[in-house]
Amino acid sequence: MKPVIEVEHLNLSQNGNFVLEDINLTIREHEFHAIIGPNGGGKTTLLKVILGLIRPDSGMVRVMDGTPDEMRSHLGYVPQFRTFDFQFPISVQDMVVSGRLGRLKGPFRRFTHEDTDAADEAMETMQITHLKNLPIHDISGGERQRAIIARALAGKPSVLLLDEPTVYVDGPTAVRFYDILSQLRESITIVLVTHDISALSPDVTHISCVNRRLFTHGDNQITDDMLAGAYPCPVELIAHGVPHRVITEHDNRVFGGRK
Amino acid sequence: MIEALGFEFFRNALIARFLASIACGVIGSFVVVKRMASLAGGISHAAFGGIGLGYFLGIDPLAGAAAVALGTSGATAWIRMKADQHLDTLVGAVWATGMAAGILFIYITPGFAPDLFSYLFGNILLVPRGTLWLMALLTAGICTIVAILYPRLVAVTFDEEYAAVMDLHPNRIMVILLLLTGLTVVMLIQIVGIILVIALLTLPAATARLFSRSMKELIVGASLLGIVFTTAGIWLSYAFDIPSGATIVIVSACVYFGALPLQRRIQEHRQTS
Repeated sequence: MKPVIEVEHLNLSQNGNFVLEDINLTIREHEFHAIIGPNGGGKTTLLKVILGLIRPDSGMVRVMDGTPDEMRSHLGYVPQFRTFDFQFPISVQDMVVSGRLGRLKGPFRRFTHEDTDAADEAMETMQITHLKNLPIHDISGGERQRAIIARALAGKPSVLLLDEPTVYVDGPTAVRFYDILSQLRESITIVLVTHDISALSPDVTHISCVNRRLFTHGDNQITDDMLAGAYPCPVELIAHGVPHRVITEHDNRVFGGRK
Repeated sequence: MIEALGFEFFRNALIARFLASIACGVIGSFVVVKRMASLAGGISHAAFGGIGLGYFLGIDPLAGAAAVALGTSGATAWIRMKADQHLDTLVGAVWATGMAAGILFIYITPGFAPDLFSYLFGNILLVPRGTLWLMALLTAGICTIVAILYPRLVAVTFDEEYAAVMDLHPNRIMVILLLLTGLTVVMLIQIVGIILVIALLTLPAATARLFSRSMKELIVGASLLGIVFTTAGIWLSYAFDIPSGATIVIVSACVYFGALPLQRRIQEHRQTS
């Protein structure tokens, strides 16, 4: 599979402290790549570096064989829920179609049929078509989250980057939500950032652990050494399929993953 | 009210309040959703410093106000880009400095020193006909620029970061929005005064926002409410012989505070219907 995101020897410091140190990461086409790690470990910052919103001090970032700035239109971004102002007077449909603006050129940037069709398709995928005329203020947290993802999908990205997408949704909603993401993986690459490893989808194909440095085995296993490197304290793992079972130290050290 | 329409000054006041309400409704909607009301206040008070500077240098005070207001808008946009978190404090500093500089400049200018009060609250009943044409031109210009940039302005005010991801250059859009805010302030400062500029920029839009489902509804609602508030204020001021600017502000504020408790009820009604 072709690499879509390549990060090599990336360093970034803010206020004199390393936020990201010697990060190496390759994400290939059709991966469902989860980036886990504690809060404040630099996960969101890494996403923003990949998006070209933050410049690294050193190292290389390539997105589909180009710089992030050149290739940004291939990236769909789902920012953290809490960064939104849901008081903003905008309907679900208008919010979703705004994800098409990056594809429009010229001084006026008016939406065409192609744009509204893409927005309709994205709302269909995220199962929010019935909410399209409601203001985002009037819909539930889970529905808002799906609307934010639909906006990213409307831009027809090759790679979807999601930042903590399940924080404000309940368990059953999260399961349905991961089902949707798994279907999407047939056409696009998914990169998901979360601190909540208990809520990870079994369909995740690759896992990286980030706390300033990045730890990975290039597959969907979480191992003790990854966690020991990334988390400052002992972590208990909860297995998928068998809800709430805690994997002991001597278990098979396998976390999730359908083979 | 009807017999008052026979006076040219009264007709001019009604045209001026119509133009001011539209400019403030359009720009104020973005000011309110982007939560930059205090920034608009800062720019207005900096413009007051510019008026004083204009008198001191012996040039048109409005030119001084324009230079300082647009300069402050541009500088604010630049500082926003560099250090977002200090903006609030900075706005406070600019606000106070503008006011103080204005007062000092007017004080040390020899000869005729205009009344400070007229710049705080203006007098919409004393608008010359020539100024109306300039106002009409500026209002048309502001509306045209907003209409052209509308999809990008909405995207940037809603989610600046995502606008950056879509290569919409949110910094440039914000510079334009801040300059338009500065322009609106300058256009209205001599006619309605600083306090009324801030009131018209925020209160109609803040009231309309309580009931708006889209930016288009908000802009139209804010403009219409502005017209209603100013008309009511001008009529009350004429009927009771009280200052027009202050009356308009009090009318607007009463409606805004009165509407706040209604918001929840209207939203509940919307959800159940």
